[in-house]
Amino acid sequence: MNWKRATTAVAMAIPVIGILAFGLTRDPKAIVSPLPGKPAPSFALSVFAPGEGATALNVGDTVRLADHAGQVVVLNFWASWCLQCRDEHRDLSATATEYFDKGVRFYGLLYNDQESFGLRWIQEMGGQTYPSLLDPRTRTAIDYGLYGVPETFFVSRDGRVAYKHIGPISQRQLSQKLDSLLRDGAGAP
Amino acid sequence: MSHSWALALVLLFATGAEAQVGSAIPSMPARSDSALEATTTMLASELRCPVCQGNSIQDSPSELAQEMRSVIRDQLRAGRTPDEVRAYFVDKYGEWILLAPKAEGFNLVVYLVPILAIVVGGVVVVRTVRRSTTGPAQGA
Amino acid sequence: MTRLIGAGSLLLALGVAIYGALALMLGARRRHAGLLRSGQVAVYAVWALATAATLAMVYALVAHDFSVKYVAMVGSRATPLFYTVISLWGALEGSILFWIFVLTSLAALVTYQNRAREGLLVPYAGGVLMLISIFFLILLVGPANPFSAVFPVPPDGPGPNPLLQNHPLMAVHPPLLYLGYVGMSVPFAFAIGAVLSGDIDNDGWIRITRRWTLTAWMFLAAAIIAGMWWSYEVLGWGGYWAWDPVENASFIPWLTATAFLHSVMVQERRGLLKLWNLNLIVSTFALTILGTFLTRSGVLSSVHAFSEGPIGRYFLAFIAIVLIASFALVAGNSERLRPTGSLDTAVSRETVFLLNNLFLSAFTVTVLVGTLFPLVAEAIRGVKVSVGEPFFNRMTLPICAMLLFLMGVGPALPWRVASRDVVRRQLLPPAIAGVVALVLSLLAGVRSPYGLAAFMFGGFALAANVREFIDGALARRRAHGESPPVALARLVGANRRRYGGYLAHLGVLTVTLGIGASAMFRTEREATLRKGEVIEVGKFTVRFDEVTYREEPQRGVLAAWVTVLKGGREVGRMEPRMNFYPTSDQPVPTPAVRSRAAGDLYINLQAFEQDGSTATLRVIVEPLVPWIWIGGMIVCLGALVSLGGGKREPALAAARVRAVPPVRPTPVGLEEPAR
Repeated sequence: MNWKRATTAVAMAIPVIGILAFGLTRDPKAIVSPLPGKPAPSFALSVFAPGEGATALNVGDTVRLADHAGQVVVLNFWASWCLQCRDEHRDLSATATEYFDKGVRFYGLLYNDQESFGLRWIQEMGGQTYPSLLDPRTRTAIDYGLYGVPETFFVSRDGRVAYKHIGPISQRQLSQKLDSLLRDGAGAP
Repeated sequence: MSHSWALALVLLFATGAEAQVGSAIPSMPARSDSALEATTTMLASELRCPVCQGNSIQDSPSELAQEMRSVIRDQLRAGRTPDEVRAYFVDKYGEWILLAPKAEGFNLVVYLVPILAIVVGGVVVVRTVRRSTTGPAQGA
Repeated sequence: MTRLIGAGSLLLALGVAIYGALALMLGARRRHAGLLRSGQVAVYAVWALATAATLAMVYALVAHDFSVKYVAMVGSRATPLFYTVISLWGALEGSILFWIFVLTSLAALVTYQNRAREGLLVPYAGGVLMLISIFFLILLVGPANPFSAVFPVPPDGPGPNPLLQNHPLMAVHPPLLYLGYVGMSVPFAFAIGAVLSGDIDNDGWIRITRRWTLTAWMFLAAAIIAGMWWSYEVLGWGGYWAWDPVENASFIPWLTATAFLHSVMVQERRGLLKLWNLNLIVSTFALTILGTFLTRSGVLSSVHAFSEGPIGRYFLAFIAIVLIASFALVAGNSERLRPTGSLDTAVSRETVFLLNNLFLSAFTVTVLVGTLFPLVAEAIRGVKVSVGEPFFNRMTLPICAMLLFLMGVGPALPWRVASRDVVRRQLLPPAIAGVVALVLSLLAGVRSPYGLAAFMFGGFALAANVREFIDGALARRRAHGESPPVALARLVGANRRRYGGYLAHLGVLTVTLGIGASAMFRTEREATLRKGEVIEVGKFTVRFDEVTYREEPQRGVLAAWVTVLKGGREVGRMEPRMNFYPTSDQPVPTPAVRSRAAGDLYINLQAFEQDGSTATLRVIVEPLVPWIWIGGMIVCLGALVSLGGGKREPALAAARVRAVPPVRPTPVGLEEPAR
C-alpha cells in the first residue's frame, strides 16, 4: 500500500461527499422566490365573490393593488380543485375579519379555475369572509411567480412583497406575519 | 374503490379544463408569423415549468405552462427582446427557471469543467500514446 | 405469519451475510480453507433467505395482507393482479427488497460459477458482495423495512403510484434497471478482490470482470431504452429524454461502463491502461450507488422520484465508505498496475480506443457535473439554479458527434499499426458515405449544425461498421464458397466478441437515427376542437369525435375518441385518455400512439370540456421514433452475441480465422487476445 497516494485519492472524494451531504439538508422543492423586497406586481382584477360583512365588495368591482397604498394586503391564490386550499380556508377567513379594522385587506385570487366552481366551493366551505377575484388566463399568477396553489403573498404598506408562503397557511402564521408587518410600518406615514 | 371520488375528481378537473378551454383561443399560434412562433418555441424550451419540476414549459402539458407560452408570445409581440422576456421570468421565478444557467460568474464552472476535462484528458492521451509507443514491432 | 417469515428471513440474512463477509475476508487473509468453505455456504444461505423474503412479500401483495406495511402502502384490492405483483418494485421498501434479491442471486451465481477457481480472487470478491449486501440488509431491517406491522389493519390500500400502474412497461423497466445497476456490483467486487488478493497481474479477473460488465451494461442499456419508452408512452409530451437527474443517474454509469468495455481491450492486447480500467470499474459501481442515492434521497427534484424515503443518510454513508475504501485501495496499489506493454504506432485502433475513452469520460464528467451543479451552486452561492435540456444538448452534442466519428474510425483501423495507405483505403468508403449522408440530410431540410454533424458522422460510422460484416462475409465466401447468409452467420459465430461489438454499434447508430429524426422533423400542433372539427398535422388529419367516460375497478378512464385520416382516407381511430386514480389529485395523461416504421402519430388529451363538447388535443408527428426502441434491442442483441463467445472461443476463432485469407494487411485483429 502506498499510503500517500491512497490519502490523496481519499482527499479527492471528500468534496463530493460534502456536496451530497449538503444536498440532504436542502429541499429541492423549496425554491426561494425573488419577489420579497420588490414592489408587488400591480393588478386590476374584478370581484366574483363579494366576501361578507364589512369586507364585502360588489361583484364586478375592479380591485387595484395601487388603491391600497399604505395598507397591508394579503393575496391568497386558490382553486376549487386544490385539496390543500380546504385546509387553510377557515384560518384565512377568520384572520381576514380579525385584521380588517387594523387596515389589512385580504383578497382571494382564483387560479386556473372557473367562476361558477369557485362560487360553489365557497358555498360548500361555508363562505369566505373576504372578496375573491378572477385572474383571467393566470396572468397575475405568473406575475407573482406562482408555482402552484395555495400560495399566500403579504404586501407591505409601501407596496412591496414582504413574504411569500407556499402551501396551506395557519391562523398563527398569518397573525405572526401580519403583526410584524403592522409593527414595522407603524412609524411610516 | 370509491368511484364517486373518481368521478368527483373528473368533475374537479373538468373545471380546470373548462377554464382553460375558454381561454385557449387567444393562445392559438398566430399562423401568419412563423418567426414569432419560432422565437416563442425557443424561449419556451429554455424555461423550466414551475409545476412539473423537470420539463420545459414548451414540453409540459400543464395549463400554467400553456399560459406562460402565451405570455412569451404576447411579450414578443409587444416588441420585447428575447433577453427581456427571459429577464421577466427570472424576475418572477428566480434563476431557477432558466434550464441552462447563465454563463456568468460562478455558473461558468458548469460550462468550463467539461471543457477542462477534454483538454486535460487530451494531454493525458497524447502523453500516454507518446510514452507507450515503441515503434512498429514488424512492418505492416 | 407472512410478516414474520419476511422480517425473520431478512434479519437472519443480515446475520448470515455478516458472518459470510467475515469468513470470506478472514479466510482469504489467513488462507483458511474451512472458513472459506463456510463463507461460501453463507453466500448461498443469504440468497435463499433473501429469496424467501421476496416471495413472502409477493405473497403478501397478492393475498392483500394489509397488516404488512408495504402492502398497506402500495396495495389495493382493485388493482389488477399484474400491477399488484409488479408493485413489488413500485416504492422504496419493495425496490430495496428486490435489489437485495438480485444482488444475492448474483453473488450466489458467481460463487457457483467460479467454485472451481483456485486462488483468493473469488473469496475476496464474494466477501465484497456480502459487504454490499450487508448495507442493503441494514436498510431492510431498519429504515426501509417493508414488513413492519400495521395496526389497526386497514381494510384496503391506496394502490400503487398511478404513473406506475398506468403502463405495462413498468413491469420491464425497473427489473432491467436493477439487473444493470446491481450487476455492476460483480465487476466491482472482482476488481476489489483482485487488488485485495494481490493477484492483480493475473488477467483472470479481468475476464470475469469484462463479461459481467458487458452483462450489466446490456441490462442497463435495455433499462434506459425501456425507461425512455415508458416516459414517451406515459408522460404525455411526446418526448423520451429530458436530461432529468434520475435519467442522468442511469446514463452516467452506462457511459463509464461503455468506456471500460472499449479500453479493456487495450489492456488485454497491449498490457496498458490497467490502473485506468480499475478506476473505471470502481467509478461505475460508485456511480450506480450515487444514482440510487439521487433517486431515493430526494436531493434533486425529478419527474421520476417515485421511491423517495428517509434513507438518504444511509446511502450517503455507504457512498462515503465505497468511495474512500475503494479509491484508497486502488490508489494505494497503483504502483502495481504499471503498464506491461506498449503501442507500436500512434495511428492504430488502440489510439482510437484511447480517444473514445477521452470523449466518453468527458461525456461522463459533463453529465455528472451538470446533474450535481444545482447542489454545488446552492452550497456556494446560496441560489437555486437549474441545469436541464438546453445545457446538456449544447454541451454533449459535440461530444456525441466525436464519438460517432470514432465509432467509424475504430473498426476501420487495424490493431497495432495503420500505415497511411491502409488508413486511406479503410476510411475512404465510409467518408464517402458520410458525405452522402450529409448531402441527403441537407436535402431533407436539416439545417442545425449538430443535426448535420450527427447524420454525417452517423453515415460514416454506419458504413464503416456495415463494411466489416460485408468484407468478412465476402472473404469467407471466396475462401469457402459459402452462400452469403451462411458466410455472415459463420463470420459472426467465429468471432462473436468482435462482431457483437459491431452489432452494438449498429444498434447505437439506429438509436441515433431515431433520436435525430424525431427531434429534427417533429411537427406538432395543439388545438381545442369541437365535435367533428379537425386538426391537420403533417400528412395526418385528426377529427375529434366524442368524449367518453368509463369506470374500471381501479380507475376512471376519460377518453377522447378521434378518427385519423391520411390523404382523405380513414386509417384508424385513436383514444387519447386521462386516467383518474383515486389516490392522485392529478389525472394521469395517457397519450394514444400510432406506431409505424416511418414514425409515430402521438396524440395527447390536454384538456376537455365537462359536457364533452370540446377537447384540447396535442397532436405530434414524430418520424422514426420506433427505431430508437429497435436500436436498443439491436444493442442488446450485440451484447448477447458478444457474451455468447464461450471460453473455448479464442483458440477456435484463431484456428478458423487462419483459414480465411487475409482481406487486408492486418488480419491479426480477428483473434481474441492470446494469453
